[in-house]
Amino acid sequence: MGRRVLVTGLDTFWGGRMAQALEADPDVDMVLGMGTHEPKVPLERTEFVRADQTYSILNRIVRATQVDTIVHTFLVTNSEEVPGRTLHEINVIGTMNLLAAAGSPGTPVEQVVVKSSTHVYGSSHKDPAWFREETPRVAPVGTRLERSLIEVESLVRDFAEDNPSLLVTVLRFAHVLGSDIVTPISANLRRRVLPAVFGFDPLLQFVEEDDVVRSLEYVTRNRIGGIYNVAGAGKLPWSEVAAISGAHLLPLSPVSPRTFAAPLCRLGLIQFPPEMEPVARFGRGVDTSRLCEQGFEYRYTSAGTVESFARANNLRRSTGGASNAYRYQQDVELFFRHSPAVVRSLDS
Amino acid sequence: MAREKTEPTAAGPNAEAIEVSGRTTSVQPAPVTGVSPVPADTAPARLRPVRPGEDQDHGEGTQRVLRDPRRSDVDEWGRSEHMRSIARRAYAPLYRHWFRVEWQGLEKIPATGGALLVANHAGAIPSDAPVIMHGIEEELGRPVYGMADYFFRTVPVVGTLWSRTGGVPAHPDNAYRLLHDQEQLALVFPEGVKGPSKTYSDRYRLRRFGRGGFVEIAMRSGVPVVPLAVVGAEESMPVLFRLPSVAKALGVPYFPVTANLLAFGPILGPFTYFPAKIKIRVLDPVRFDVLDSQERYSKSRVMDEAERIRSRIQDALHDMLRERRSVWFG
Repeated sequence: MGRRVLVTGLDTFWGGRMAQALEADPDVDMVLGMGTHEPKVPLERTEFVRADQTYSILNRIVRATQVDTIVHTFLVTNSEEVPGRTLHEINVIGTMNLLAAAGSPGTPVEQVVVKSSTHVYGSSHKDPAWFREETPRVAPVGTRLERSLIEVESLVRDFAEDNPSLLVTVLRFAHVLGSDIVTPISANLRRRVLPAVFGFDPLLQFVEEDDVVRSLEYVTRNRIGGIYNVAGAGKLPWSEVAAISGAHLLPLSPVSPRTFAAPLCRLGLIQFPPEMEPVARFGRGVDTSRLCEQGFEYRYTSAGTVESFARANNLRRSTGGASNAYRYQQDVELFFRHSPAVVRSLDS
Repeated sequence: MAREKTEPTAAGPNAEAIEVSGRTTSVQPAPVTGVSPVPADTAPARLRPVRPGEDQDHGEGTQRVLRDPRRSDVDEWGRSEHMRSIARRAYAPLYRHWFRVEWQGLEKIPATGGALLVANHAGAIPSDAPVIMHGIEEELGRPVYGMADYFFRTVPVVGTLWSRTGGVPAHPDNAYRLLHDQEQLALVFPEGVKGPSKTYSDRYRLRRFGRGGFVEIAMRSGVPVVPLAVVGAEESMPVLFRLPSVAKALGVPYFPVTANLLAFGPILGPFTYFPAKIKIRVLDPVRFDVLDSQERYSKSRVMDEAERIRSRIQDALHDMLRERRSVWFG
């Protein structure tokens, strides 16, 4: 029997792309997507369920659909997206409900995959150049986003301890860049202005969105448990990121740069969320050898990721954005999937 | 979901000699991951040339030549060979004509493989670190990574320049990766800030060698320790006394008042060394016959070895000082 997979956050980049990847896998019998909004990518056979952001109905869904795998991508790793309270609701409460559903007695679930971020390592001057998965965090937890992600990871760790028969996977992604995903760094690079802290030129890692989806798919398909860092090979300086993308560096004062950035952020010219400030000073590097030892192969290096993003950006600038974006239409989807008028026997 | 892939996967080994125009010595860079193939015609001089078969596009079969995404040669430690060569060129006159640096036993520094260089540390703004790094890179053509207190990273501009010219924060994980995985030369000063902050009256008296962490690092990385004894750095910028209250107010590890400050005034003083003759003696490398990559090592063995290395450097210093007739002429 093939696998039955539940993907959360179907309306986000992560969930949508992951569902697409799972659809292409013949071993996956059923893909069920949950989201607070309609999906933004075309899907062939994924069933869509609308849910509130804390996923309170998840328990019933898991029991009703008997899914054996949950891919939890609906975690906010960008504090610009949502206000602080919503962030807590989505990340912490949402994960709590999800783990409660997955760990209920007689659960059909065998594997839980959780997307996390390398923000859990923080960034400080006392950091090692490369964080391994077990390296403890040095920097004090200063931002809401980091606090919520750390809380999520501790919930997941407790869950894994309480349910030793379940396979639990946590992927910690470095800064993601790509043509679809919007992050503070990509939003800045699209406007060709990259805020920097004067006198600092930290080294960063990036991961391409294709590699993001491929890694999520890889650990799901091969049933790999554990905590893994996901980042492209190599590091490159902040200034080089700007140079490759054709952006200008905007030096902010080394003393309280956020105060100086605040008016520009308010005007919508740049994005400089609190979790970005230490990164803009000291950077961050994570050791990715553990996932590579599991046989995963990256397509992009860190520099290659930035280059490919810059190309996608050039295209977007020339063609004026993606005008032919997909729009999910519930009626049309229902018609194609369930109407007796549609001839489906051609496939089989 | 057939998406066009134009970027190749991780780069191959990056061990070609770097060519810097106008220089004869070539320095092997640390393996730079993340460098994609460079087309030979557009490659800047300091980047590696393309290898046959590497510039093939994996996409539609059109022979599209890939652009190298990298714009600089900053490696994963933040060191840039380009910046380093500029720094070497600027430092060369100081090295040759001001300090007139003299090496003894330079051949004891391994030409290949990792090694942990351990030296005494002196002078308010220590002149020994750049001298050792410059000397070894010039003579042996190998990069040296100077491991120093992570305090440097918090200082704007200075921290970045320090990193680009081969500085690495002293963290056991960093040292292990440099020495064991990448087989580089790393330079440490086990005295830490206690060395340069000591006053002139304590010159050439080695401070405590930390907690012996450097021995543990060398054991774990499976590399030898090469002790260096440096004479002359003490006199290049002697500390007369310290102002702890000022240091506390500024948030720096120590605030020295140097003889240079009195001699050259408040503007030139902090940056001008006395032209003391610097002599560096390389002592016999110390190897530990223990298994590498262990979690822990016998603390007593570590402390013993650290103390032995410390006393060897101390003896060498006394020996060199006995031979020295003049601070300025050696």
